[in-house]
Amino acid sequence: MTRHAAIDAGPPHAATVVSRVQESPTIFTLRLRLDDPAAQAAFRFAPGQFNMLYLYGVGEVPVSIMSDPEEHGIIGHTIRAIGRVTRGLSALQPGDRVGLRGPFGRGWPLQDLGGNDVVLVTGGLGCAPAVSVIHYVLRRRARFGRLVIIQGVKHADDLIWHMQYEQWAKLPDTQVLVAASQGAAFWPWHVGRVTELFGLARFNPARAVAMLCGPEGMMRAAAESLLGRGLPEAHLYLSMERNMQCGVGRCGHCQFGGAFVCQNGPVFNWAEVRDLLGHRGF
Amino acid sequence: MFNETEHTVFLPHDRLAGLLAAIRAGGWQCVGPRVEQGAIVMAPLAESEGLPRGLQADQAPGQYRLGADAKQRYFAWANGPQALKPLVFAPQETLWRVARGTDGALTFEAAVPDAPKRAVIGVRACDLAALALQDAHFLRKGWDDVHYAARRAQLFLVAVQCAVPAATCFCASTGDGPTPGMGYDLALAELDAGFVVVAGSAAGRAVLQQLDLAAATPAQIGAAREQGDAAAAAQTRRLPGRDLRDTLMARLKHPQWDAVAARCLACGSCTAVCPTCFCHAEHEAPALDGASSHHAREWDSCFGETHGHLHGFNVRPDIRTRYRQWLTHKLAGWHDQFGRSGCVGCGRCIAWCPAGIDFTAEVAALTGAPDVKEA
Repeated sequence: MTRHAAIDAGPPHAATVVSRVQESPTIFTLRLRLDDPAAQAAFRFAPGQFNMLYLYGVGEVPVSIMSDPEEHGIIGHTIRAIGRVTRGLSALQPGDRVGLRGPFGRGWPLQDLGGNDVVLVTGGLGCAPAVSVIHYVLRRRARFGRLVIIQGVKHADDLIWHMQYEQWAKLPDTQVLVAASQGAAFWPWHVGRVTELFGLARFNPARAVAMLCGPEGMMRAAAESLLGRGLPEAHLYLSMERNMQCGVGRCGHCQFGGAFVCQNGPVFNWAEVRDLLGHRGF
Repeated sequence: MFNETEHTVFLPHDRLAGLLAAIRAGGWQCVGPRVEQGAIVMAPLAESEGLPRGLQADQAPGQYRLGADAKQRYFAWANGPQALKPLVFAPQETLWRVARGTDGALTFEAAVPDAPKRAVIGVRACDLAALALQDAHFLRKGWDDVHYAARRAQLFLVAVQCAVPAATCFCASTGDGPTPGMGYDLALAELDAGFVVVAGSAAGRAVLQQLDLAAATPAQIGAAREQGDAAAAAQTRRLPGRDLRDTLMARLKHPQWDAVAARCLACGSCTAVCPTCFCHAEHEAPALDGASSHHAREWDSCFGETHGHLHGFNVRPDIRTRYRQWLTHKLAGWHDQFGRSGCVGCGRCIAWCPAGIDFTAEVAALTGAPDVKEA
């Protein structure tokens, strides 16, 4: 992975909004391009990594990169408008400017996936850091076994990328399980907790790699279920989320025990975080 | 360390001003002890200004009072609220600026750190150990912090052995004091008539050469060593080990966390005076005309409301989890991150806690070991 020290610690690089898509009432996707063509051409990232996005005069937020790592002209971010910075970002239109630093952290272990079934369990907007993994697998379909995509949301309205889930569900050797705790009219998927779907997932636990991203309670439940079915601990990964202000392991906010989530993570192997995950307060 | 070599010299008390003059002649601005608002603070020293003499710092949980030192020494005060931290990791500083053009284009510019050549007079062994820990954090290979690095490179450190530890000191148990062992340009051990001095760097040797001092006598060197040993033995507080990582992480549900949370005000004083705490928040300060903004950082505390903030919830919503985060980071997380504990035994968190919470007593309660050495 290429690192660019000048981008990493700041100041940010100027970037322009190329497109904006409203994904749900509160979730939107910005596709960005760095204003410096050389910086854009040199920008490389691994699925699961994140950038710090800067809104002029307001501040920065960490956001995972959801675009295709092989699409070099664009950097995509799917964001929920929930705080000062993200609400401001949601008001941006094509042509507007932002700042961008990154990419930061350790992404998904894609190099270890070959030959295995791939199981993705995501909750809410946890699907964003995982969607590039889905694209990665689908583009190299022959290298992998089954692809199991499990996504849970609180309310049916929170589900983004409906069409994609429906399309993925039609692909061979691919299973899509979606649940909403609260359903809605014409909701085609399960109504209830996503944990109720784990038993329906069809994969070979001895030859699978699972990746989790979502609320910690959901990830713990998923881990328990997957490990209970015989998935080796070494094949279980999860993406953690903590307050992040610098992205380079300096500001201290993202510490999880001895780990700096922004650098040692956000993707961890299960064994690295298992002991602290059940303790509220870390 | 004070050993019998030809390079160990003796600086009479009346030549202390000459030492400061030689340091200034080397281009360093002197920063040293000064009494402000009833405490010893580290502040720039004017050329005409002498060092405070004959003061001790009487410290206890929640208490700091300056008292008289009968021997009229310069460095009988153990420490003040500051260590070297504010001189390298600035409490507040701008990291970068951004200007917005009329077309909306953003132009970013890195802020240039203010890094004067500074000599610090009266650095304690615990301060040197803490500086080494801050170096480990801010100067990680490939990720060094340019602001910290610029100031760090300009420091000239005149360390001094602690002969009069405060009641809050426990550096002997962490292995960091009371005699400076590393990381100084000059180290002083104060005796009644003057100082045994050793150089720890080429810059330190160059300063000493200008003074043309006589070698310290074996008796003076022996007295320096003995008073270091006596100061270590006089410390009453201690930590029950240098690696408490596994012990503490096995006690995350210990009732003592609730007991300390009932007394802790979550004010963050301990994190502000702690010489190794490195957390900082980043914030934005837009100009009133809307045409520019600057992005700054300032010291933050894991006791604050916002430290564990995530969208929709707080990772550490109560004082129990915040105190536990601080203590387990200091004594457990640091081992994973930097290969040793993050506590250097300076005792500042004890003296400057408005609730008088004694870090060593909390650790003793958590680990089941006595906090005070038996007489």
